[in-house]
Amino acid sequence: MAADADFHTALNRQGKGDGMNADTHGPRPTVRIRGLTRAFGGAPVLNALDLQIAPGEFVALLGRSGSGKTTLLRTLAGLDLVEHGHVEMPARRAVVFQEPRLLPWKRVWRNVALGLRGEDARARALAALDEVGLGHRVQAWPLTLSGGEAQRAGLARALVRDPELLLLDEPFAAVDALTRLRMQALVSALWLRHRPAVLLVTHDVDEALLLADRALVLDGGRIGAELVVNLPRPRRHADPGFAALRHRLLLALGVDEAAAGLSLVDLPAEETMPGWNGRVAGIGAAE
Amino acid sequence: MSEAAIPPVSLADTRRGALPRPLSLLKFRRFAAPVLLVVAWQAGASCGVIPSRLVASPVAILDSFWSLSLSGELGRNLLVSLARVAAGLGIAIIVGVGLALLAGLSRLGEDAVDAPLQMVRTLPHLALVPLFILWFGIGETPKIALVALGAVFPIYLNLFAGIRGVDPKLVEAANTLGLSRGELIRHVILPGALPSALVGLRYALGVAWLSLVVGEQINAQSGIGNMMMDAREFLRTDIIMVGLLVYALLGLGADQLVRALERFTLVWRPTLISTRR
Repeated sequence: MAADADFHTALNRQGKGDGMNADTHGPRPTVRIRGLTRAFGGAPVLNALDLQIAPGEFVALLGRSGSGKTTLLRTLAGLDLVEHGHVEMPARRAVVFQEPRLLPWKRVWRNVALGLRGEDARARALAALDEVGLGHRVQAWPLTLSGGEAQRAGLARALVRDPELLLLDEPFAAVDALTRLRMQALVSALWLRHRPAVLLVTHDVDEALLLADRALVLDGGRIGAELVVNLPRPRRHADPGFAALRHRLLLALGVDEAAAGLSLVDLPAEETMPGWNGRVAGIGAAE
Repeated sequence: MSEAAIPPVSLADTRRGALPRPLSLLKFRRFAAPVLLVVAWQAGASCGVIPSRLVASPVAILDSFWSLSLSGELGRNLLVSLARVAAGLGIAIIVGVGLALLAGLSRLGEDAVDAPLQMVRTLPHLALVPLFILWFGIGETPKIALVALGAVFPIYLNLFAGIRGVDPKLVEAANTLGLSRGELIRHVILPGALPSALVGLRYALGVAWLSLVVGEQINAQSGIGNMMMDAREFLRTDIIMVGLLVYALLGLGADQLVRALERFTLVWRPTLISTRR
């Protein structure tokens, strides 16, 4: 706590640094970030950012390109150093990247078992692969997998570590729309079963609303807006309240549907928002 | 529908009837030119147009090949040459791989190793023969040293480039999996550098043969090169050609060996050229 206080007096011009979501999620959060500032040469990408994630909470992180989403995720992954600020995070963390990042020279199950200690590494890897529906591909070489299969393998590689914090960096951005729907349902089911805290970085407003307890919008290097998604699960696009939340989230991201002449109801399924790859209404349920 | 239905039938017909023939013809055509060349060579030699003082006839070469094999002279010299290449290449692999690991895995190592090696590399190593004779005399040592010196650079350069060329995204992902540095090197960096290292090995084999040829023609008492130099004294172009033939076959064999090694160690690569070759 001493170090914490030091950083705050030195760096946080905002005052106390108790962010808008502090102390609302129980006494021992899984992730606790205070006054995190990160700059690459010029203007800071993260500017005195505060964030807490409760155990088992699913948080979606949105924001424009370059808003620092990935920097924040990399910090929590331990891939980016903490220069200024205070970050508390669990030791058991796992990351799923946008690209699967499997080692092409190791069979799928060996990729999943990589870094696992103990005699039962293989059995655990096979069980994790089974769980993501890849039990029939355990002996395959990664370069022979389809995009969706490779992401499932990446998911299994993260899950097998039994993480307290699961970091998802736009994991479904590179797969086709139907596969994405299936993957979202899979992540939802896996999260309900294992209950890690999740930080999902996404560009997709619908994805955030389908999966997350809380959607955060990163703006100017800190959390610019926060939206609690209290829809019942499993969620559907057709849920009452989905459209309203969606509208609010888009507004927070600087997209005004009404002003852009786009209405939620009568858009064709393939239509996308300007600057967004978020799909808009019409696809239906998340299954 | 009718448009689509008719052409496939005729297409299938032509494919079944016509495709095998051009293929087999093509195959023959590929072999035709070299065979014709050899036949013309033999004809020229038999008619006396090509004097055997310059080039022996194919039949004479095969004859010498046979008699040299029977007498054991070819086998003995071949073994000596092979041993020299093996020793030189072995040294080159040990030194090259060691230096590449040192330079590739640490910045300090790179500063210490890479700059001097890049400087020495610009020397044509065959130009060091006079110096090597002064240093190592005229025994086996200068020949093996020449092979080792020539082969060490392609091994070092390609493995070093391979290590540095490993996808940083994979290294990053491996770091999030909690691998130790040793595990990272073993599971990520070395396998990632292997394709490049094998290319280096192929280059090294080529350079090794070349160095052997030069080394063996200077003050050698045995070996294929020595056999050829002796034959020169007696204007035996047939034996010289046998030596050339053996060198060619050895180079080909070595290349096939590395290819087989590649097929074995790089099975994970999707086959771009699936069945051809």
